[in-house]
Amino acid sequence: MDIAQIWFILVAFFFVGYFILDGFDFGVGMALPLVSRDNTDRRVTINTIGPVWDLNETWVIVAGAVLFAAFPEWYASLFSGFYLPLLLILLALIIRGVSFEYRHQRKHPEWAARFDWMIIIGSYAPAFLWGVAFANIVRGVAMDEHHNVTANLFELLNPYGLLGGLTLVLLCLVHGAIFLSLKADGEVRSRARSLVLKAATPTVLAAATFLIWTVWMRIGLDDAAAAGDISRAVGVPVTWVAVSAAVAALALLVAVLLTYRGLEGTAFTAMAVTIGAAIITLFLALYPNVLPSSTAVGGLTIENASSSEYTLEVMLWVALIMTPLVIGYQGWTYWVFRKRVSRSQIPAEAAH
Amino acid sequence: MEEFFDPLSLARWQFGLTTLYHFIFVPLTIGMALMAAIMQTAWYRTGKDTYLRLTRLFGKIFLINFAMGVVTGIVQEFQFGMNWSEYSRFVGDVFGAPLAIEGLAAFFFEATFIGLWIFGWNKLPRLAHLACIWVVFIASTLSAYFILAANAFMQNPLGYTMNTERGRAELTSLWEVLTNPVVIAAFPHTIFAAIMFAATVMIAVSAYHLRRKQHVETMRPALKTGLWTNVLAFIGVAVSGDQLSLAMVDAQPMKMAAAEGLYETTNSASFSIFTLGTPDGASELFSIRIPYLLSLLSTHTLDGEVEGINDLQAQYVTQFGPGDYTPIIWITYWSFRWMIGLGAVSALISMIGLWMTRKKAAEMPERRANIFWRTLIWSAPLPLVASLVGWVFTEMGRQPWIVFGLMRTEAAVSPNVAGWQVALSLAAFTLIYGILAVVEFKLILKAAKEGPPEIEASGEDSDDSHLAIVY
Repeated sequence: MDIAQIWFILVAFFFVGYFILDGFDFGVGMALPLVSRDNTDRRVTINTIGPVWDLNETWVIVAGAVLFAAFPEWYASLFSGFYLPLLLILLALIIRGVSFEYRHQRKHPEWAARFDWMIIIGSYAPAFLWGVAFANIVRGVAMDEHHNVTANLFELLNPYGLLGGLTLVLLCLVHGAIFLSLKADGEVRSRARSLVLKAATPTVLAAATFLIWTVWMRIGLDDAAAAGDISRAVGVPVTWVAVSAAVAALALLVAVLLTYRGLEGTAFTAMAVTIGAAIITLFLALYPNVLPSSTAVGGLTIENASSSEYTLEVMLWVALIMTPLVIGYQGWTYWVFRKRVSRSQIPAEAAH
Repeated sequence: MEEFFDPLSLARWQFGLTTLYHFIFVPLTIGMALMAAIMQTAWYRTGKDTYLRLTRLFGKIFLINFAMGVVTGIVQEFQFGMNWSEYSRFVGDVFGAPLAIEGLAAFFFEATFIGLWIFGWNKLPRLAHLACIWVVFIASTLSAYFILAANAFMQNPLGYTMNTERGRAELTSLWEVLTNPVVIAAFPHTIFAAIMFAATVMIAVSAYHLRRKQHVETMRPALKTGLWTNVLAFIGVAVSGDQLSLAMVDAQPMKMAAAEGLYETTNSASFSIFTLGTPDGASELFSIRIPYLLSLLSTHTLDGEVEGINDLQAQYVTQFGPGDYTPIIWITYWSFRWMIGLGAVSALISMIGLWMTRKKAAEMPERRANIFWRTLIWSAPLPLVASLVGWVFTEMGRQPWIVFGLMRTEAAVSPNVAGWQVALSLAAFTLIYGILAVVEFKLILKAAKEGPPEIEASGEDSDDSHLAIVY
């Protein structure tokens, strides 16, 4: 296996990490109005992710930087080509991040309500748009011979892309609700559990449809690629994609079932596997392309998008040394804050 | 209309705006983390409530600011690909490496340990908790190093080779990129400037309360610490600034000639403090000059030769082909002076502050005291403004290059992004950044005015104290 392929796996790894970790932050933000009745509930909900949302969000910064260093062409084409979705993601992440920090700074209900809205929007929007973006990366977009994406926003909002967005939103919602049932106590916990069960049916339906569509689409794309109609390299056997998709679907069912049984910790693990396997399915369907073209020219593959041998080598050393360390201290952080957050911990609000 | 929706100038405006905005939060994050760490260390060693209260106060200001630093930082990383895709293709092999190392080796630490510090009060053992804020400071400093190393490549490309087949620069030595003489000088310059700003904020908060004779026992040590820190950090800024200008004379003589508006190559060149003349600096009506100073700054000798703009322009035309290789002179000229001037005035005010508040100093009459405290309060932004114009100088002074000698800015912009998209993005960032600036400023002001919080009796290790409820 050559080193650029290892970097493809590492890029996938950082995005998997991002969606598993920030995925439940998004879910908690989406669930905020659904699991809380008053401000104390809302504070319980937000404090469950208080110590970790920032480190979770950092995963996307690292994923982006790693993409830049290892595959500059991919980074350049993707980020300029998906301009408006990424702009909206940035704006959403900005308002979400500052809202966590600002909402408690004043004790007025209106003040907090305003930031609650921003947390909710700032959680739905990135999950949806990342789903749209990743679906379109796999599907391929119109490009010119200089690898510049020529597709406009409406072409990205095709049915498959939209379903990808919807699926990621629902997966994150369930993921966040399971996280809350694990990390909150009392009413918030029980509401979160029933939210998981309520959201289960649409989530299973959307995810199953999306994953089957992905496998089915890959077969068609392989044919077109083999015929040379589109600038896309033929990838791994489609069975691999199907197996990964099946793992994701199965893990989702297990997660819901375990939540129903009240085994929240194991349910959360199963849900992490679901999201991880779903993202891996997309990367498997993509491989060895990184940004395939829907036209006859311009497609980017691991080979024509990667950095030089030397860059990939030194960066691999950095990644191999730092990543285990990062996982170690982040795991420790989760261990330190492992206990549930309950209403009794929230200090009573002084009249203002 | 065509002109208005020009993607190049819009993308440049967006980069300038978002970068300067991001840089409001960077120095406060770096500097305040240090201040909070120093205060908490003092508390750890002495057990005095005063230091704990100060840690809490400056920790709070640090936090309000931190979230903004994080979210505006993501914009920085994304916009290289979004607005400057040709640049990203051309230098990604080199430039991406320090950015990725920054994420893996610095920013992950910062983001994780900040959470541990904020939410870990009364939960973590005291020493471990103290270590967290130091890790945050060290990691944010390290972060700055890698970002500045990436920027140093744009100022003074080293450690690369040109791959003509793929039309890009490729990394040949990460070590050379990370030890670029420009980053070696720019790093301490930036960090000391950041510490100056945190110090003046600390001074201003202390002065606000001391003027009202409240929290006197707590705010006096804070004032002293702030004043001393500002003066000492200024010495660091000045020494590293001198090193940086030497490195810059080597790397980009044009930038340093433009800093003075020096058109003709001159021996024993003088430095003008102030000039009246045409905006391009080509002819002057009046100026105040210090003889030999420019030669001294550029070469560390009194009679050293300083290359002039005209000679450099002619030299670059031979080297790179026809074109205008001169930055906008009035911008480089004035930003260079404002940077130095504002930083120096800030340090001078702190020195006066130290004199006025020395142990043997007589009680100031009320009128003078009012002026004194107000000056300390209102002069807080000086180091920040100095840093911002310093960035304007260093980035505008590099023009027309995005990577000096290798790529022109006009060739770097994304060819497939329409002007209206960049305009939309610029408008959205301007709007949201504007609103957040107001909110942020008011919140910091509120926290500062509330002063150091009372320390509640801590029920350590009780069941409920496993997580400091912050949000």
